[in-house]
Amino acid sequence: MSNGGSGRARRLAALVRKETYQVIRDPSSILIAFVLPLILLFLFGYGVSLDATRTRIGVAVETMTPLTQDLAASFMASRYFEVRQGHDRREFEDALVVGEVRGIVVIPSTFASDFAAHNHPQVQVIVDGTDPNTANFVQNYAQGVVATWMRQRASETPKETAGITVEQRFWFNPELTSRYFLVPGSIAIVMTLIGTLLTALVVAREWERGTMEAMMATPVTAVELLAGKIIPYFILAMASMTLCVLVAVFIFGVPFRGSILALYAISTAFLLPALGQGLLISAATKNQFLASQLALLSAFLPAFLLSGFLFEIGSMPTIIQWISAIVPARYLIPSLQTVFLAGDIWPLFLKNIAILLLAGAVFLGLAARSTRKRLG
Amino acid sequence: MWERIRALIIKELLAILRDPRGRMVIIVPPILQLFVFSFAATLEVKNADIVVLNRDSGKWGYELIQRIDGAPTFRQLVRTNDERTLHDLIDRQEVIAAVEIGPTFSRDIEARRSGDVQIILDGRRSNASQIVSGYLTQIITTMSADLSTPKQMASSVTVVPRYWFNPNLTFIWFTVPSLVAIIALLIGLIVTALSVARERELGTFDQLMVSPLRTHEILIGKLTPPMMIGLFHITLYVLAAIFIFDIPLRGSLLLLYGSAVFYLASVVGIGLFISSLSMTQQQAILGAFVFMVPAVLLSGFATPIENMPEWLQPVTIVNPLRYFLVVVKGVFLKDIPLSEVIHNTVPLALIALCTLTASAWLFRSRLE
Repeated sequence: MSNGGSGRARRLAALVRKETYQVIRDPSSILIAFVLPLILLFLFGYGVSLDATRTRIGVAVETMTPLTQDLAASFMASRYFEVRQGHDRREFEDALVVGEVRGIVVIPSTFASDFAAHNHPQVQVIVDGTDPNTANFVQNYAQGVVATWMRQRASETPKETAGITVEQRFWFNPELTSRYFLVPGSIAIVMTLIGTLLTALVVAREWERGTMEAMMATPVTAVELLAGKIIPYFILAMASMTLCVLVAVFIFGVPFRGSILALYAISTAFLLPALGQGLLISAATKNQFLASQLALLSAFLPAFLLSGFLFEIGSMPTIIQWISAIVPARYLIPSLQTVFLAGDIWPLFLKNIAILLLAGAVFLGLAARSTRKRLG
Repeated sequence: MWERIRALIIKELLAILRDPRGRMVIIVPPILQLFVFSFAATLEVKNADIVVLNRDSGKWGYELIQRIDGAPTFRQLVRTNDERTLHDLIDRQEVIAAVEIGPTFSRDIEARRSGDVQIILDGRRSNASQIVSGYLTQIITTMSADLSTPKQMASSVTVVPRYWFNPNLTFIWFTVPSLVAIIALLIGLIVTALSVARERELGTFDQLMVSPLRTHEILIGKLTPPMMIGLFHITLYVLAAIFIFDIPLRGSLLLLYGSAVFYLASVVGIGLFISSLSMTQQQAILGAFVFMVPAVLLSGFATPIENMPEWLQPVTIVNPLRYFLVVVKGVFLKDIPLSEVIHNTVPLALIALCTLTASAWLFRSRLE
């Protein structure tokens, strides 16, 4: 017992080494740790853009006059629309049904006379409501085109102006590039994949094959066994995260305004509950199929949908907001977005880190308990 | 031959459903997903907190704050007199936007000049803040219009929006039909991908190959059970969509099911293809994942395909979800014509044909 300490270190090192070989030898872990993250980053960097640019619409000018022609030209000049012009809304109705156009702008035949007579001129915008987000954008941009057009006409015929001018500024992301917040968010998804899904699968396989029980029969303790699993996947997740950050900054040009220290502090705090959850799932199911389904349901999908990544948590029903409170990614995503776009805002980081550490202690504690229980 | 295939189908169904936990995993999570994600996946913004810094002491600044406070979108309106607090609240994401009213706001309006308002938004959440900015601008524009003379009001152009197929832009009308397609993809892919990989890991696949069953019979035997499970889920969701979520079903269910069979065949084909490439269950699950994630992102669900860069759009041609989303949403909300359903089903049949042929070929060649 005199060399208990060094024995423990030796055992742990051996476990870590064994686990590391397993990771390196299986092409599917490399696929998840390095290939899938790059695909994800790439898709969020280029493919998924929440900014509606060049949406196809139809503009129906019912009566051609210089005035209506001028308004139609403003729609054509807008960088948000790709315009097909016609004379009747019916020309576009079928196209709207099959989704070839997202909206129809109707400039009615009475428009020119109403405009001249100051008789409440109207423009109608018919939008495909089956995709509410795009519908909103189309409607807002159409409103914008009309407002700009009116301002231009007004400046040609000067008159007194009363009213309110609004100046808008978007902090941290003035150009509103959706890539700037999607890429940091997708790094959180990548870390969830490695921390929870991959770990749950690998350890479930050991349970399935009985090698976990075999390990229990050796002098290795449950805690050492878990530590032996955590360390290699922790390093793998950190390596993958580092790769993602480098790609984000140097290839996608996402600004990085915070410090490396903050980045690693948040990531470390996040990986504890993520890994703990993976180990807990594997110990509870001991079956790869069940483990993959549970990891998908309890980690991956929530990281996507209940984390504030794409959808605002504040807008969800109260019960779902409660559920989202136990999703670790919820605390990582705002921190990552902040460290990239805003800089070191420690009050925000420390709050999130504290919650993550607490969640980590709970998950790891439960994982250790359910692993030890198998021995009895 | 049918006798043999039937026996194989029964065996496959038993392999999936025998284990009570396995049964539960096939049935419970997809239903939970439907409910949780239908309500979660909304791009609307509600209950947003904002901060107001009013430097104006007149009545118009007060009036504007009252109007913002009265809007149902905003939950809490924090008032402050201090620029520093405003910065901190935004930095810490405690509010999503700040409204700053200039010191001469009321005076300017009284003098029929233009009053200045500044809106600051958190660009880290640029989508949500764009929507909040839309709400705020709307409030300010309305107030501005109320301030103008009747003559000015009569000469300004109003834009009248009409939302077809979904008059109130109810978000759930979009999410639930989309989830029907997405969840069928998740479950179909995983069940199929695992079925061959599990047998290969256990060594029973070789036994199957040396049995009197022909390759195409094995394929049909492996194809049918996941399709049955997929159709079961689609039926469940369609019922939930109609009776629980009250989503109008305007088209024909017959068209939906006709297309669904080809959709599931293509999903299962991809699952079998992944399965035939993997040596272990772990590889099959992770392989299914590597397909699934891009498939959902590049389907037109999160963002329209036409907004993607042009060189990326051709990649979506091989994505079955892309076509079936059009069919599900179209049948539910738009009553799309038969020609449009066929137009989106032919690619599904082609994907199924290619992936199934490829996996049959791979099964055979892997054995030799």
